Amino acid sequence: MGMSVVEKILARATGRDTLRAGEVVEPAVDLAMSHENAALVINQWSEVYKGTGLEARLWDPSKIAIVFDHRVPAESSKTASNQKKVREFVAKHGITRFHDIRGDEGGICHQILPENGYVRPGTVVVGTDSHTTSHGALNAFAFGIGATEMASVWALGRALNVEVPRTIKVVVDGRFPKGVGPKDLILHLVGLLTAQGANFRVIEFHGGTIRAMSTSGRLVLCNMSVEAGATSGVVPGDEETVRYLRRVAGVRELFLLVKPDKDAVYEREIRIDASSLAPQVACPHTVDNVKAVECVLGTRVHQIVIGSCTNGRLDDIEAAARILRGRKLAKGTRMLVFPASSRIFQEALEKGYVLDLMRAGAVVMNSGCGPCLGIHEGALGDGEVALSTTNRNFKGRMGNPNAEVYLCSPEVAAASALTGVISDPRKVA
Amino acid sequence: MVQVIATLGDDVSTDVIYPGRYMATVLPSETPQYAFADDAELSRRLKAQEIKPGSVIVAGENFGCGSSREQACSCLKGYELTIIAMGFARIFLQNAVNLGLNVVTAPDLDASVGDELEITTTSVVNKTTGQSFGVVPLPKARQAIIDAGGLIAYTRKRVLEAAGKA
Repeated sequence: MGMSVVEKILARATGRDTLRAGEVVEPAVDLAMSHENAALVINQWSEVYKGTGLEARLWDPSKIAIVFDHRVPAESSKTASNQKKVREFVAKHGITRFHDIRGDEGGICHQILPENGYVRPGTVVVGTDSHTTSHGALNAFAFGIGATEMASVWALGRALNVEVPRTIKVVVDGRFPKGVGPKDLILHLVGLLTAQGANFRVIEFHGGTIRAMSTSGRLVLCNMSVEAGATSGVVPGDEETVRYLRRVAGVRELFLLVKPDKDAVYEREIRIDASSLAPQVACPHTVDNVKAVECVLGTRVHQIVIGSCTNGRLDDIEAAARILRGRKLAKGTRMLVFPASSRIFQEALEKGYVLDLMRAGAVVMNSGCGPCLGIHEGALGDGEVALSTTNRNFKGRMGNPNAEVYLCSPEVAAASALTGVISDPRKVA
Repeated sequence: MVQVIATLGDDVSTDVIYPGRYMATVLPSETPQYAFADDAELSRRLKAQEIKPGSVIVAGENFGCGSSREQACSCLKGYELTIIAMGFARIFLQNAVNLGLNVVTAPDLDASVGDELEITTTSVVNKTTGQSFGVVPLPKARQAIIDAGGLIAYTRKRVLEAAGKA
């Protein structure tokens, strides 16, 4: 019996020839990422050594990445003090993969890791963030863990008690129609699987649509796999993986792509025809409450958000700029745009997208998580509705339990910004 | 015997358990004040210390879905609550085990607010209705962490072993 992509990655990380779903293993970790919650990791990691008589020691500072993104720049003295504590820790312990609040190398962790070449095919990546699933787009096994578990990784260099997950194979073929893309595909899939349909499973993406998709699109799919409960999403390594790592991320070292065996065992297989998809919208207050855009046309929206680890990349900003160029936002609707990294922000400036968006009336903010999780800026008023390219719409998510969040693609968001109501991008010339 | 203090539905997210706007508060000693902060009644009862340690929140499928924020576990642990759900989201379940929050998976449980429960390793008995419900045991590998007193203690043991001191 053959192995799936994640079974192969975990076999290598545990020094085994073969491995089966259901086994419990302790894989060596290749990359351990935290954001502002590194403050809690530091606290828990220090606790581990209390009373041992041993000096607290990081297993390998070169494999730790810390990226400030959730509250940048700090919104309160409490956050600023936490960030200061992390900054001092990073300096003391020689952690070089540290991305502070900067306009040249800052951004959202799930964009910073890929674009700097930190994520390599076949590796095990853990992060104290549920959207760590994103990095499966680069053929890694990447999953979210809590801060205490990260403290354990910092001490031991291994993830403890990892149950090898079963894999769901998703095969996508066909060309996306105009105005439809990766975000619509993953929203459709989350609706199909439900919020718990992939709990404790990995989603492995296959088919012609995936092979033709850029890494940016694959990041969208793997990012939101967690919204179906998946431990991770993953794409078999291919020419696009190599192109992205060499040309975009500047990786020079050798790496090996991981593909599943021909006789790999999958728990189930789901086939999707991309050419039959319409733009999708996830309605309040769960991500699996997914409808075709036709069903919610005309819903009044007060705030449009383009950004986040899901849809804040250059192609997302380009799609919005193309729709808004030479036009104006509807009165009574505000629009916030958050490029996912400073590098993307600079590229959007160079290509004129930022000017297109600002002239239309959008506010372009610094790179970071922005209002996605309601902790920093862009909160909603009572009774207000947001239409957002982010990844979650749980009650209270955007800072107010008396508000509603709809999730969609950049195309749907931009088309709706023009009208002030949820609109179909296929109808906008 | 312990009492059910609240019943919740499916897919209770960590945004509901511990709203994101309080995430700058990280220490387990400080997080309980924000547990279910957007649920005015439940939040008030928790903060008023009306609820006895060991009291139970009953939930449906996929409890703790969403963010990996550990505050969602530490805030409940602070009140010594027990969560009985039909199912848990992966990261929440792992965090609960790591921090020593008492979680029980009982897929068929039927219980209402005020019911008295008896919880054992194999079953949950609803003393009020007389019904008994099966419990899904944790994987053995996770039980080892619970037995050690949580992940910090378990990791400490491993660190000492690696240093040849245990």
